[in-house]
This record gives sequence, structure tokens and C-alpha cells, in this order.
Amino acid sequence: MQQTDARLIRLAPEDNIAAVTTTIEAGERLVFEGRTIQVLDRIPTGHKMALVFIAAGQKVIKYGAPIGSATREIRPGEYVHIHNLKSDYLPTYTRQYAYGAQQQRQY
Amino acid sequence: MQGFLRSDGRKGIRNVVLVAYLVECAHHVAREIALPFGNRGVHLIGFPGCYPNAYAARIMRQICTHPNVGAVLLVSLGCESFDRSALAEAVRQSGRPVETLVIQQSGGTRRTIEAGLAWVERAIGEIQSVPRAEMTVKELVVGTICGGSDATSGLTANPAAGRAFDLLIEQGATAIFEETGELIGCEQFMARRATTPELGQEIIASVEKAARYYSTLGHGSFAPGNAEGGLTTIEEKSLGAYSKSGKSEISGLIKPGDMPPRGGLYLLDVVPDGPVRFGFPNIADNAEIVELIACGCHLTLFTTGRGSVVGSAVSPVIKICANPDTYRSMSEDMDINAGRILQGQATLEEVGREIFDRVLQVAAGMPTASERLGHQEFILTYKWFEPIGPACLPA
Repeated sequence: MQQTDARLIRLAPEDNIAAVTTTIEAGERLVFEGRTIQVLDRIPTGHKMALVFIAAGQKVIKYGAPIGSATREIRPGEYVHIHNLKSDYLPTYTRQYAYGAQQQRQY
Repeated sequence: MQGFLRSDGRKGIRNVVLVAYLVECAHHVAREIALPFGNRGVHLIGFPGCYPNAYAARIMRQICTHPNVGAVLLVSLGCESFDRSALAEAVRQSGRPVETLVIQQSGGTRRTIEAGLAWVERAIGEIQSVPRAEMTVKELVVGTICGGSDATSGLTANPAAGRAFDLLIEQGATAIFEETGELIGCEQFMARRATTPELGQEIIASVEKAARYYSTLGHGSFAPGNAEGGLTTIEEKSLGAYSKSGKSEISGLIKPGDMPPRGGLYLLDVVPDGPVRFGFPNIADNAEIVELIACGCHLTLFTTGRGSVVGSAVSPVIKICANPDTYRSMSEDMDINAGRILQGQATLEEVGREIFDRVLQVAAGMPTASERLGHQEFILTYKWFEPIGPACLPA
């Protein structure tokens, strides 16, 4: 198997993202299966980084299963989180909703 | 390991005295009775509602006759609708010392507390003579739950708990995983692991029910802290949570208060049946732990990334910390450091084995972190369930 940086964990071969074992700063270069990926954002411990180009509307795959759809184009090395990925089942809430207001989808 | 032998043949790993309030109005009196006993194995539980609820009555009965329980003091205000006589009778028939104090008939707060303190003191002495008997892994019932999940939970602690589940089930133990609302997106994978196609259909239906329920409420089983911890969607949280179940086949689907008939892996459906009523299915992690205990769990494996501190009344909680940073800042609250896997200091296999060994140690009497710190959380709220279908249990 080709070389992969130990800080990247891809849980299943069909995954298009990897989790990072420690916080990675933007600008670092990580080798994944022999290919070098330039990290575009700061990615905290355990969070997700795109391994390949993911088109808007395309499924994001982790554990070999879809965990939602990309809300916009995601480039390799980009941080994948609530700003560019949404659930196909239920909205994800953050703490910012107004008391008494209709609770709305935040992302 | 030695267990406390109960008259129904089940064996407990603890021998606690319960003080149970039957309505919030009796909570203070019950707490004042339990508190002075500190670490002497007297636990406070209760149901706050004044209106009747068959689910709550059943859970209270299962908890009060749980193998870890040696004696029960019921504290009633007097006018609430909880059927205190039926509960007392069920405990009496189980061969345990039981007493009911009705505050309105006992002269009020102070006199009820005095009577309660005296009864608990006697009960502690009385249950010292409960017979001990050899207990094997086969007789253990172990639950699992995650709380305060983050993106490390599904990488370390959850799959490690799954390995421990596989080891327990291999040796004939009963293992229960739960929260169908946190298995949304995993239903097809789970159905394939069911022992029969009919059970597979029941599992899919239970997750679809959870998705409907949560979508009516406008909220998934997903806290803001989950997103701050790097989990983006309920599917992602679910897939991580799902790995707690390990790889064994799924033998049955049960509901709160149902006892698995034999060893193996069971899914506990915690989302109520019928139309949405009474609010969120489980308002916090301890509501799920209480339901696992009501299904007979002797102890619970609790995985956390953000850092939960909870324990439980009745059954010990083993906390497995997924995140190495959290472990560093909260190590006193944790039993197992699964974050070592991320740092390359241990494999999933090794941590899974460590959890399995710890289960046996705790079953043999070793206190968990939350027991040492005095945690005894307990929550019980209103719910409504239909009985499980015929395909849900092994033939």
C-alpha cells in the first residue's frame, strides 16, 4: 500500500474524507496514498478533511456510508463541516437560535 | 466473581438500598433520608409526575426489583396518583425488605425523615445477610450509551466498546445498545445483522419511527456540543454511535423494561410509540441509562468525547474517554483512556480488551470513577409504549 501520513484516518476505502488524529494547521502538506494534499483550513483533532474534489450535492462518505450532502463544492484539503455539509435526514442545530422564534435550519 | 443472590435467581453486582420518591412533592423528604448515608450504598431515585403513567410505573418496578437492589423505601406525599401499594407489593414478592412512608399520614416533613432514617439504618444491617453466589460472565447484562459525543467518539471509544461487546457476547453475556434516534442512517446495516429477516424489518421500522418522532419535534438527537466537537450531521453521529454495538448478530429488539430472555446482542428501542406526546424521548443521557437498567443492566459502558461526568443510581457506569485532550483535563472522571488509540499508543483491540477486563473488575466490586465521586444520577419522565411485536425476540 502507498504511503499515508499517520495523522490521517480513512475509515473505509470508499470514504472521500479522512479524520485527523491531531489538529492540522492550514498550509501543511499531508501525504495520502502517495499523493500530497495541501491543507487549506485549520482542522481540529478528530474533524474531517476532504481527500478528493466533492461537487455540490454529492454525498460525503465516512465509515463507507453517506453522512450527508455537500452544500457547495469542496476541494481536496478543505475542512468539511457544517459550512459545507448538511444532513439528508434532520437539520443540525447550533446554539444560535432565538427564544420564541420558529427554530430554523442553521446550515 | 461473587454476586448477591436474589430470590428470582438473578444475581446482583451491588447491594444498594433505594429511597424512591413517588412524586416531586416527596423529593426533598426522600433526599434528606438518603443523603446522610453518604457512601454507604443508599441511592435516591424517583418519579416526579403526579399524573399516572404505565411506563413510569413499569420502570420503577423493574428498577426496585433489579438484582443490584437489596431493599427499598418508598416515599409518597399521599395524594399523587402513583400506585404505591402495587409497587410495594412487587418489591415484597421479590423477597426484599420494603417500607412505604406516606408524608401526609406520618406527621409531615420532619417526622417522615426521622422514620425514614431509622428504617434505612435497619435495612442496611438486614441486607448484609443476602447470600453471595458464584457469578459468571454469562450472567452479566451490560448496556452501552454515548454522551457528549465528538468526532473522536466514533474513531476510538465507540468501536473499542464494540470490541468489548463482542468479547462479552462470545462468552454468553447479554449486551444492550440503544437510542434508535442516534442510529438514523444505520438501519439497513443493522437489519442485515438481525438473526431473522422479520427482526430486520422491526429494526428498520424502529429507526423510521425515531426519524419521524424527531422530525416532528424539529430536532434530532444532536446537541450543539456535538457540532463543536466536529460531528456535522446526525448520520455521522449515528455511524459513530453504531460502532458501539460491535459485530455480533442482533438477537432481538426490546423496549424499556423488557428483559432479554438469554445472552446475545439486543437493540433497545427508546423512542415512544403512537403520536408525539410528552416531549423529547430522552431529555438527557441518564434517562437512557435508567431504561438500560430497567432492562436488567448490571452496569453501563458510557463513551464520551466532550467529557461527561455522570454515573447512575443502582448500576455502575464505566466511562470510556474518546478524546485524548478531554482525558488530560478530566482524567479523574474517566475509567478508560481510549484516546490513546489516536496517539498511536494503543490499538482498538487492546482498548477493547481493557474495557472487557474492567467490566469484570467492576462486576467483582471495584468502584468506577463516578462511584468514587458519588454520582447517582437518575431521571424518569413520561412516555408511552406498545408491547414489542412477536418477531422481536429470539425463538
